[in-house]
Amino acid sequence: MTVLLAALLTLAAQAAPEHLVRAADQPRNWLTYSGTYSGQRYSTLAQIDRTNVKNLELKWLLQNQVAGPWESSPLVVDGIMYLTQRPNDVIALDARTGRIFWIYKYTGSPEFKACCGANNRGLAILGGTLFMGTLDAHLVALDAKSGRVLWNVAVAEFSHGYSITLAPLAVKDKVIIGVGGGEYGIRGFIAAYDAATGKEAWRFNTIPSPGEPGSETWSGDAWKSGGGSLWVTGTYDPALNLTYWGIGNPGPDFNAAQRPGDNLYTDSVVALDADTGKLKWHFQFTPNDRYDWDSTQVPVLVDANWKGTPAKLLMLANRNGFFYVLDRTSGAFLFGKPFVKVNWASGLDAKGRPIQTPQPPGATTWPGQQGGTSWYSPSYSPRTGLFYIPTWEDVSGVFTSQPAQYQPGQNYWGGNYRATRPAPDAPVAPNIRRGPINNWTDAASHGAVVALDPQTGERKWTFRMYDLTDAGILTTASDLLFTGGREGYFQALDARTGELLWKSSLGSAQILSAPITYEIEGKQYVTIICGNVMAVYGLRE
Amino acid sequence: MIHSITIVILVLILAQDHSGTYPAADVAGGARVYAALCIGCHGPTGTGVGGIDLRLGPLPRAATDPALTALLAKGIPGTGMPAFQLKPDDVRTLVAFIRSGFEGNTTTAVAGDASKGKAIFEGAGRCLTCHRVSATGRDVGPDLTDIGRTRTPAAIQRSLVDPTGSMVPINRPVRAVKRDGTIITGRRLNEDTYTVQIVTGEGQLVSLVKAELRQWSVDTTSPMPSYKDTLGPDELIDLVAYVASLKGTRQ
Repeated sequence: MTVLLAALLTLAAQAAPEHLVRAADQPRNWLTYSGTYSGQRYSTLAQIDRTNVKNLELKWLLQNQVAGPWESSPLVVDGIMYLTQRPNDVIALDARTGRIFWIYKYTGSPEFKACCGANNRGLAILGGTLFMGTLDAHLVALDAKSGRVLWNVAVAEFSHGYSITLAPLAVKDKVIIGVGGGEYGIRGFIAAYDAATGKEAWRFNTIPSPGEPGSETWSGDAWKSGGGSLWVTGTYDPALNLTYWGIGNPGPDFNAAQRPGDNLYTDSVVALDADTGKLKWHFQFTPNDRYDWDSTQVPVLVDANWKGTPAKLLMLANRNGFFYVLDRTSGAFLFGKPFVKVNWASGLDAKGRPIQTPQPPGATTWPGQQGGTSWYSPSYSPRTGLFYIPTWEDVSGVFTSQPAQYQPGQNYWGGNYRATRPAPDAPVAPNIRRGPINNWTDAASHGAVVALDPQTGERKWTFRMYDLTDAGILTTASDLLFTGGREGYFQALDARTGELLWKSSLGSAQILSAPITYEIEGKQYVTIICGNVMAVYGLRE
Repeated sequence: MIHSITIVILVLILAQDHSGTYPAADVAGGARVYAALCIGCHGPTGTGVGGIDLRLGPLPRAATDPALTALLAKGIPGTGMPAFQLKPDDVRTLVAFIRSGFEGNTTTAVAGDASKGKAIFEGAGRCLTCHRVSATGRDVGPDLTDIGRTRTPAAIQRSLVDPTGSMVPINRPVRAVKRDGTIITGRRLNEDTYTVQIVTGEGQLVSLVKAELRQWSVDTTSPMPSYKDTLGPDELIDLVAYVASLKGTRQ
């Protein structure tokens, strides 16, 4: 009996492919970037609930020794947490006490090019192996027990601006990644690697070459530096065997005239066969984008009634300010509506294509460059049926385009963006908060958590913050919603009403990641990374 | 060399003609020269070369308009700053653009007499009734000790003429009523979703939890009077010159 139990525990301690498929059935673990393949960042754990959430207390802290924004989302497998810290360290620790087993420090080229800092958003696990993409565009496999390298392959040429910042996605016997570098005129791709050997299994170019389907949406040589980066982890539907990925902006970012056409598959979501990488369907949100509106949001997979009929849906709140519902089997557009103020499009046509209304030179565009939302994880609760979005409310600015010359590894912006000032000489909200004093105020910009009814696109409630938010959202089966914000508060809201139930002040540093939850020995924990600290909470005993 | 002296004289004459202001047309023209010649290194905000802020200064090698004019003609040997062979009109307008803090849409002044401006600031203007400069004054309005480091002369002039229209949101006067009825008025130093940190007119630092307040309001009207009609054009220019000269002490 003991032997059998030990054998079962050993098996359970591994994240086998079938465990990943049924991750929702073992909520004590957090096995993928978003918790489950659906991307819902929803947990069936319910020990912490609306009545006792006020009794949350700090259980442990992890002090990051590396300064700079910390955007990682951890994994937890049977009480062991795996977490990355910048630039490309992996930490294995006891998820109950926060004490560390091992740290792996990747030594890649320091000459990497990443537009927005030495970010890494997390790991994938499959069996007993961890996978991490690196800033110098390698993919590394580590033994989860020891942190030793099993294999290390070069995915792309970092000196040309390629990098990997997203957490890989493990599916069956493969590990899927995508490359960043949308501000460097890369040609993006999604690729799958054999988990055991590191051999490339398939590759899907997010910018088609001449003659391939989609190439008719490009002219001349613009496709060669067409962008289409990936920097947020996709999702997977095991029944359809399709993996869904949100793709970044075209290059150059702001000069659409330099690349006439729709520029597929930039600013799109693609559905790929997980075994072959073959494109099943695509849907483009912002054709011929001139605003830097990456569609790298998590494509959230939801099984729910649509107009009274059970349906396989894909929901995505886009940086362009519209919320979309697609049929994830066919890619058909079902519904779309703005969730923040927009004036770049007057609406969507019957196929979901925006009716673009570009503003004259010098005029103000809503939303701004950072969009109505961005890479911050949304959440969907099957219990409330609501879609939760971290939003930038009523944010605007002026876009300017200029010719850009492509040079490998050099910035390829093709213009610039100036945020609207609330008064002459008044500060604007910074793209990354740089200190504990907010002197731009909510008159410049503010954020919110928005609960959207996906059937109507109407706001059920809005939780307004004074500053902006780049924090992801977690919901649970006890109808709690956890999130952060730029002011360093970790907050629990009632997922049904948006009422604030509990908060913890973590010291005026910004929260740039999403919470996760897990369970050890019958006790539920919730985590958040704020500034250079990971804080883990549980109920007071 | 003779050429540049001619330009210096020309600029001085023009400066006198306009009693210390730069015509809006010159500032706008200078913006075009800047965009053509300077923006590549100094950038759109004038901060592209490390350690140098062309809008706000200080520019020790170009403290006066003639010095700036001469510098443009000669460059700075041993640095990336080349010598420019410019037409007199282009030099004049470029100087106007830089001196006015890149404000292309307003007439502005830095050529006023700062010592006269100080007398107005401390006397008839009654500025110290609300503002602080170092140890003198009060905390009703923003501390002006080093305002010349963060605001352009054009912005200072706008504030004096149209205080409400140019009030930066953080400086909006706030009013809180606590549960016990105590009223607190002041100016925000910092704010977040749940709390706000205030300095009162008496210089007290007060931190409030919003959930504990009965009332909380932010006024978008500035309590500062406009000096548009109370000061003459020369007085206004002198006052701007003084306020723009407040650079504080290096911390």
